Amino acid sequence: MEYEIKSKEKLTLGLGELWQYRELFYFFTWRDIKIKYKQTVLGFAWAVLQPLIMMLIFNAFLGTKLYDASIPLPYPIFIFSGLLLWNFFSTGISAAGTSMVSNADIIKKIYFPRLIIPISSVLVALFDFFMACILFIILLAYYQISIHLFHFFFFSLVGILITSLSSFGLGSLLAALNIKYRDFRYIIPFMVQALLFISPVFYQIPIARNSWFNYFAAINPMYAAIELFRKGIMYQPLNTNLIALSLFSSLLLLICGIYYFRKTEAYFADLA
Amino acid sequence: MEFIILEKQKPILLIWPEYMKPILEIKNISKKFTIGHGQKPYLNLRDSLVSIFQPRISSEVFFALKSISFDVYPGESIGIIGKNGAGKSTLLKILSKITPPSSGKIISRGRIASLLEVGTGFHSELSGRENIFLNGSILGMKKKEIENKFDEIVDFSGTEFFLDTPLKHYSSGMKLRLAFAVAAFLEPEILIIDEVLAVGDADFQKKCIGKMEDVSKSGRTILFVSHNMASMRALCSKGLLISKGELIYSGKMNEAIDKYISASSKAAHSGEIPPDASSTNKGIAKFTKIVLKGKNGVATDTIHYRSMMCLDFEVNALENLPDVMLDIRICTPDGLNLVHAMNKYTSPEERALKKGRNFIHCGLANQLQPGQYSFSIGIHYPDGSTIEYVENILNFNVLNIADENNEGFNYNYNLCYVRFESEWKIEN
Repeated sequence: MEYEIKSKEKLTLGLGELWQYRELFYFFTWRDIKIKYKQTVLGFAWAVLQPLIMMLIFNAFLGTKLYDASIPLPYPIFIFSGLLLWNFFSTGISAAGTSMVSNADIIKKIYFPRLIIPISSVLVALFDFFMACILFIILLAYYQISIHLFHFFFFSLVGILITSLSSFGLGSLLAALNIKYRDFRYIIPFMVQALLFISPVFYQIPIARNSWFNYFAAINPMYAAIELFRKGIMYQPLNTNLIALSLFSSLLLLICGIYYFRKTEAYFADLA
Repeated sequence: MEFIILEKQKPILLIWPEYMKPILEIKNISKKFTIGHGQKPYLNLRDSLVSIFQPRISSEVFFALKSISFDVYPGESIGIIGKNGAGKSTLLKILSKITPPSSGKIISRGRIASLLEVGTGFHSELSGRENIFLNGSILGMKKKEIENKFDEIVDFSGTEFFLDTPLKHYSSGMKLRLAFAVAAFLEPEILIIDEVLAVGDADFQKKCIGKMEDVSKSGRTILFVSHNMASMRALCSKGLLISKGELIYSGKMNEAIDKYISASSKAAHSGEIPPDASSTNKGIAKFTKIVLKGKNGVATDTIHYRSMMCLDFEVNALENLPDVMLDIRICTPDGLNLVHAMNKYTSPEERALKKGRNFIHCGLANQLQPGQYSFSIGIHYPDGSTIEYVENILNFNVLNIADENNEGFNYNYNLCYVRFESEWKIEN
């Protein structure tokens, strides 16, 4: 039980401590989910309605413009599958990115492993994602999409995993930056919007043409996540180069995010 | 048989030195902050980018704590006292791992729980029940632990009828009771508490102090910061006095308090007020001297019960101040402001200060009960904004004998602080 408090701690992941405080994940996530839908008439239905309404809007405005015949899916399903993951990612990084500042009162008064806060924010987004998944499955049945069950679950899980890890990586990086430079409060929304346009949410990134845009778009971690997620319902070959690039960038983001967060977290209470 | 008994005793002897190891060893802890001039409340990206290319123009290093070392043994309850800004809270923050020390280290041999605020993490949208769980787990309790103690917590807080009401509909007193109730059932080996008792009504404070006494009697180690000297005296066996980031005294609580009081009354002997004594100062006028005189006109720090006293002080004004409000406050060593006297309703010439030195005499009829008190003096504009304020600048005692041939005061010391002039009439 003996331990030391020193000026410079060794840089570790701190997994042991995270495990020791594991109940806090549950309580922070539970708190944020509860608060998110407090005093709303529709409650949890909002988690489902948000992607649905977005899908309807995009379908109405872009359905005729961006739909190309090479997509082997009805356009609403195509958008919805992309939006589903995209919403998870964007709410995850926005919430995680601002989480340290919005919990400043707590971090200034008590110690616990700080990583719990951005992770819980991502878990809240994951909860919303699963709620919206119910609608996704209904839509799949409605459009009579034939799926191979194992294939579907495997690729869905891969997509979810990549999205979780990269939103956690980017989210914790932004959280640590935001507490030092409040500029990120303004940068985050723009960044999310810009990323949406280079993600294959409403359109398919053409695989045949190996243009610079493809590589640029594939630096985005969501490229691999969405493409692999869709692979579960859509039988089309993947561009393995681009997928590998995207996976690499999400891994890099995860490592950088955790590294920077752990490196600066000791001073969060002084800066908050 | 004897041999076996010896064998049984042996391990105890072996454990003994291990047991006496301090539960907390604080070694040379310093904390410095760099203050840039014209510093902003928080950094922005542009400035950081700019500063890569140009050296920092001016920054000052400020030590909030300067190589503090002390040991804490299991079961001790330690009170940390010192003026505002002395570094007490910074020390507690370092001990509770919220902020790292700049140098030095702490060895801890027990689970630390810190209570720098009651109700950390309370959320106004959640119900009382939910907040108990949330707050409890943030403070480091396990869910099982909270479930087991839930009824006791609710009982202690006295909010059972409102358990499922959102916290935003609670009164502030109820919130506080709920928050303290959760904290009261924490069971760490080392408990760190900052100023929690400064809030709440008298009844609630009494309840809290009672609970804290139980905690310290139960053998847990407590580190405690408060301005309430009375409760510090009751709770703590050992005291640490911190001033300007340095540990000045560590030893018996009573002595630490005495040292604190005499240190804070710098002018007690010479009557000179050091220039850095003021807690608020606009630079327009300054107190330079203060002397307390008894009825016979001799400077003293001891006043008889039921006598006249006179407070003489000198003010050095840098400009003419045609209308000022001078005030005198008397407070107890526990920091309670008792009595207020001012020149507001006197004639205009008694409210004007001329440029240069001004000598002010104030006669006070002593209505205080025997005990120790201190004076704070201030100069304010008529609208109440402060020009100069010096806190606890002069300590004095009120004796339990009235002057000369009057009768003494034979009652319990704790019989209130102030005596009221009263008229009595008995009709039979």
